[in-house]
Amino acid sequence: MSIEIRDIGKRFGDFVALDGINLTIPTGELVALLGPSGCGKTTLLRIIAGMESADTGQVLFAGEEATHLHVRERQVGFVFQHYALFRHMTVFENVAFGLRVKPRRERPAEAEIRRRVMELLGLVQLDWLADRYPTQLSGGQRQRIALARALAVEPKVLLLDEPFGALDTQVRKELRRWLRRLHDEVHISSVFVTHDQEEALEVADRVVVMNRGRIEQIGTPDEVYSNPASPFVYRFLGDVNVFHSRLQGVWAEIGRPPSGGAAAASAGSGGAAAEGGIAAPVATDDDAALAFVRPHDIDIVRAPQAGALQATIQDVHAIGPSVRVELAHESELIEVELTRERAEILALRKGEQVWLSPRQVRVFAVPSGGEEFVSGSGI
Amino acid sequence: MKPRHSALAEPPIVRIALTTLALLFLAFFLGLPLLSVFAEAFAAGVPAYLRALADPEARSAVILTVIVALGVLPLNIVFGVAAAWVIAKFEFRGKAALITLIDLPFAVSPVVAGLVFVLIFGAQGLFGPWLMAHDIKIIFALPGIVLATLFVTFPFIARELIPLMQAQGREEEEAAISLGASGWQMLWRVTLPNIKWGLLYGVILANARAMGEFGAVSVVSGHIRGETNTLPLHVEILYNEYNQVGAFAAASVLAMLALVTLLAKTAVEWRMRRETAMLSAELSPERVPAPASGRTAGATHPSAERP
Amino acid sequence: MSVAAARHVLPGFRLGMGYTILYLSLIVLLPLAAMVFKSTELTAAQFWAIASGERALASLRITFGASLLAAMINAVFGVLTAWVLVRYPFPGKRFVDALVDLPFALPTAVAGITLATLYAGNGWIGRYLEPLGVKVAFTPLGIVVALTFIGLPFVVRTLQPVIEDIEPELEEAAATLGATRWQTFARVLFPAMLPALLTGFTLALSRAIGEYGSVIFIAGNMPLISEITPLLIVSKLEQYDVAGATALAVVMLVISFVLLLAVNGLQWRLANSRRAGARA
Repeated sequence: MSIEIRDIGKRFGDFVALDGINLTIPTGELVALLGPSGCGKTTLLRIIAGMESADTGQVLFAGEEATHLHVRERQVGFVFQHYALFRHMTVFENVAFGLRVKPRRERPAEAEIRRRVMELLGLVQLDWLADRYPTQLSGGQRQRIALARALAVEPKVLLLDEPFGALDTQVRKELRRWLRRLHDEVHISSVFVTHDQEEALEVADRVVVMNRGRIEQIGTPDEVYSNPASPFVYRFLGDVNVFHSRLQGVWAEIGRPPSGGAAAASAGSGGAAAEGGIAAPVATDDDAALAFVRPHDIDIVRAPQAGALQATIQDVHAIGPSVRVELAHESELIEVELTRERAEILALRKGEQVWLSPRQVRVFAVPSGGEEFVSGSGI
Repeated sequence: MKPRHSALAEPPIVRIALTTLALLFLAFFLGLPLLSVFAEAFAAGVPAYLRALADPEARSAVILTVIVALGVLPLNIVFGVAAAWVIAKFEFRGKAALITLIDLPFAVSPVVAGLVFVLIFGAQGLFGPWLMAHDIKIIFALPGIVLATLFVTFPFIARELIPLMQAQGREEEEAAISLGASGWQMLWRVTLPNIKWGLLYGVILANARAMGEFGAVSVVSGHIRGETNTLPLHVEILYNEYNQVGAFAAASVLAMLALVTLLAKTAVEWRMRRETAMLSAELSPERVPAPASGRTAGATHPSAERP
Repeated sequence: MSVAAARHVLPGFRLGMGYTILYLSLIVLLPLAAMVFKSTELTAAQFWAIASGERALASLRITFGASLLAAMINAVFGVLTAWVLVRYPFPGKRFVDALVDLPFALPTAVAGITLATLYAGNGWIGRYLEPLGVKVAFTPLGIVVALTFIGLPFVVRTLQPVIEDIEPELEEAAATLGATRWQTFARVLFPAMLPALLTGFTLALSRAIGEYGSVIFIAGNMPLISEITPLLIVSKLEQYDVAGATALAVVMLVISFVLLLAVNGLQWRLANSRRAGARA
């Protein structure tokens, strides 16, 4: 079942939790609502579930108005952050709950309930725990039981609130893959809330990045990572080097803060693009701008070349499969991530002068008054 | 251990002195009175004790006391659950004021609690003339005793349930609703099973007070022997008649009720402490290992542990 | 209120709130309001004459004096008892701990006749005190004894969790800084216990002021000497002086309300300081 969210707004007192949210979730997709805490993602999830009501806007399920449907009638499965397993019931009874509370004429027979519950417990690979109580389970097991319980009522939509939030890193990683596989098996439209970018990128078909009650970007994991729509998304998804720069014509000069006009003039022995400047097409002229480059999108070279910045190596750390190099360009600190092979070839030493050659840069103009960023990208 | 190391613990002599002093205080103020109730009750021997208890007035006092408790507790249970539900699970303005008002009967003198009902339903009260014209008796009758007892036991159950339900949060109830349960199904299948120990605890305390209440009941009861005398009032009457054995025999029944109350209360406290521990374990599941049985079972199903 | 409820998916707000308000009004608020209303039948001068009458004033003095004294005894021995129960192991501790609640569980009339018998001239305790010239039963001192009994659990029970919560690091830090054990107690532990102690003290005081059943048997109930206010209310009522009883009851009600607000304020501060402690 597809979900459509139209212009949803929600306030708690003076706090704007959600502001003009529009989102369509096609049937069968696994979507992540990603953002920092307080960005409104959980509120949005609870509005989709019908556990909060929005102040404005509509929720449509399969094209039909569902805004005022009670949570009981929405046919959603909801997995709570702390699982909310009924602590006085066995695992079996927890999963059976949704079937047992059905009106008498819809309620399956006892044998059928038994069959369905065991089938679901089999699906989450915990059928051997049927007689246990929630307190006797590990966190990961509780998580899977909560999922089985939500699936028991055959929901049209599955909603998960920080499904892995309370788990150890190791358990988390396993459950992530497992959820992905489970979704591919049962294939119902699913939405999960997370503040962990790695989780969103690894599990979801599409990622909705939220900040301060608004959607910043919607896209596939690859899109939001490689082509962030805003500085917020850039910063939130992975490490990034930010250069203060100014716009010149349709180019941005990286490493030249707009206020430092004198510095720009004195250093200007050549054109912006020729020395020390990396240019990217942008829309507005002579404005302040921020240029974003990911650490692994920068290469280090020994000889000056077009579009390269000169920098001094401050430190070199080998971290697992990659090598992180910290460099100083004027007063700015730049991080570069190299593969081990590349680092071995370069054999970098502290204090060395090198040139940085970014492979991919994205520039966002900072307009003097407005909030909107104008963006462009350069290679 | 040398006294120089006493910075972290008192010297043994101080510990022993303090412990002895505290135990002496408790022995004088709690132990001796409790012992003396039974000593006085059996002062004239077991047959006299049994005769005193077999007295029909004593019996009717016991029966009335039980009837009052049975009348009061269900009403206060419903109120306690309703008030705790609203206060623990919803946000609304005036919540703090509501909690204070629920506590109010604890602060009011039992005598005043009885008096207010005399002022409403008594012969000179607001509805007195009307009630008399219709031959309805409230004061100096069972309804008055029940009302006064309702007043003094009013906060007990709500006060136990409010912090408990606040600690449990809303998620389980929300889960039940999202799985299709109706409001009543949620109440019977999720909420009540979760609060049963807290509820029982409140009921134990309320029952002790209901059966033992003296001041409020004595104002509204009229002390009609065999009719409106609860057991505590019966104790008073016998004592004032210098029937020491009779008074203390009846008192010993109430003292046993008190001991049973303490025992039940301690047992339930122990139960609840275990559940609270489980609750906090549930909130940080990875940090607290599952009970031993969980681990052994996990070991026999290693493949199922890791999907 | 309904706005807040509409946000929420959980059912039963209106029903629960409706029932709570209705029941609270019927059992507690309306009866108390009726009493205050009844007292307005008196003029201010009449009211004042009753409340400041010789016997009434004497009873208030005795009630408050004995209650304060009993609450103070309980404060001192409450700190001691709570400390010993939390910190020191001794045989039968669980039994003693459970016994502390006896005054909550034992009907006040039973406590009253028992204490009166114990402290009478021929009683287990009275027979040793009387030769020393100390008369307890049927004197104001007897009132203090009864009120100490019924107020005993309050200080112990409010202090116990606070003492349990005190982190050992606190004492260790004081020790490493050179404090003696007594200095650690006086400057570090006692201040941490003070809010709870005040709360327990006020609770015991509030309970003692309203107390009736346990006192009347041991007090002797001599007007102007050992007659407490609740008893005076009852005797006025028995003499069909409803107006007099009402006026005194209103005075008591105002006092209990003030004490209740004080307790709430103290508990609020206690909760805050404990939360702050937990954060630190």
